[in-house]
Amino acid sequence: MASNATYKDRQLLAVIGDEDSVTGLLLAGIGHVTEGADAQRNFLVVDSKTETSQIEQAFRNFTEERKDIAILLINQHIAERIRHSVDTFADPFPAVLEIPSKDHPYDPEKDSVLKRVRRLFGE
Amino acid sequence: MSGAVGREPVFPTRQSLGLMKSKLKGAETGHSLLKRKSEALTKRFREITRRIDEAKRKMGRVMQIAAFSLAEVSYAVGGDIGYQVQESAKQARFRVRAKQENVSGVFLPQFESYTQEGVNDFALTGLGKGGQQIQRCRETYARAVETLVELASLQTAFLILDEVIKVVNRRVNAIEHVIIPRTENTIKYINSELDELDREEFYRLKKVSGKKQRDTAAADAEILAARKKQEAEEAAAGGSAPAKPEPEAEAADVLGENEDNDVIF
Repeated sequence: MASNATYKDRQLLAVIGDEDSVTGLLLAGIGHVTEGADAQRNFLVVDSKTETSQIEQAFRNFTEERKDIAILLINQHIAERIRHSVDTFADPFPAVLEIPSKDHPYDPEKDSVLKRVRRLFGE
Repeated sequence: MSGAVGREPVFPTRQSLGLMKSKLKGAETGHSLLKRKSEALTKRFREITRRIDEAKRKMGRVMQIAAFSLAEVSYAVGGDIGYQVQESAKQARFRVRAKQENVSGVFLPQFESYTQEGVNDFALTGLGKGGQQIQRCRETYARAVETLVELASLQTAFLILDEVIKVVNRRVNAIEHVIIPRTENTIKYINSELDELDREEFYRLKKVSGKKQRDTAAADAEILAARKKQEAEEAAAGGSAPAKPEPEAEAADVLGENEDNDVIF
């Protein structure tokens, strides 16, 4: 179980998504850029030209390296591209949440958490 | 005696019997407590799963509305504001803080969203036109993110509870199927071993007393034979000093030198 200190300083939300989702969420005010020389953003815009390895690396960065992120939002169709990483990541912090995007409606069948829910109830 | 689960390596003494009995009692108490804990957690778990299912559906709707309001913005502004928004994001205004909730000894984190006042990265966004739409869009997205935060705390609670329930159930099963049978086995073993010792001791005492009786009988017979022989000698002597050897025989009898010999096994 995560100790007290580890999730008390997790305050930010991070997002990996297509341009519209990221823009909307940034308008809501979740965007954060760390100060200093190696400024890090807590969002990644994915378009058709983005490499899967780049998404993968951002996912790892948000889930493992950065300790200030409480919730990671990721578009479902992007999560689909790195499905293996999303499914293997089982830690409670940060919470990985799959969200629908404008062009891809939400499909509960593909969600890694809902899949576990289904498996538990034997459906 | 020993079944599939075996028994603990103890010496069969009364002390360890007492120890085992108290251990069995402790295991039974622990088992019932853990079982109750597991039931309480499972109840909570089912409730959370139901709420997750609902929240996920709600999220689908909310995000759709939010996406629509963003479309309105790009129509009003007449261009793409994505790049501008991404560049002007500096400080997070919308943050979360984690609270803890205690469910039968398990700490479930709960995210709570709050907005940091005085931080506004988008003061100039939509200054030219479409300011109103952008304002509305921001509000819609803020509400959507609140729903997402709620969903995230449910999901985190789900993951933690899942893990904890597994651990608790494993413990319950271990106590039920390993520790309790093994302790019972040990108690049975100690009891049978103590009974065996009792029987052995009883048999030994019986044997000792039997041997003693046999020895006494042999000594008695010897004395009797000696007396008879003496009487016969006296009769043969014909009354010469009849009182003299009598006390000697008596004295030998009193000393009983043949009795109470040590019995050597």
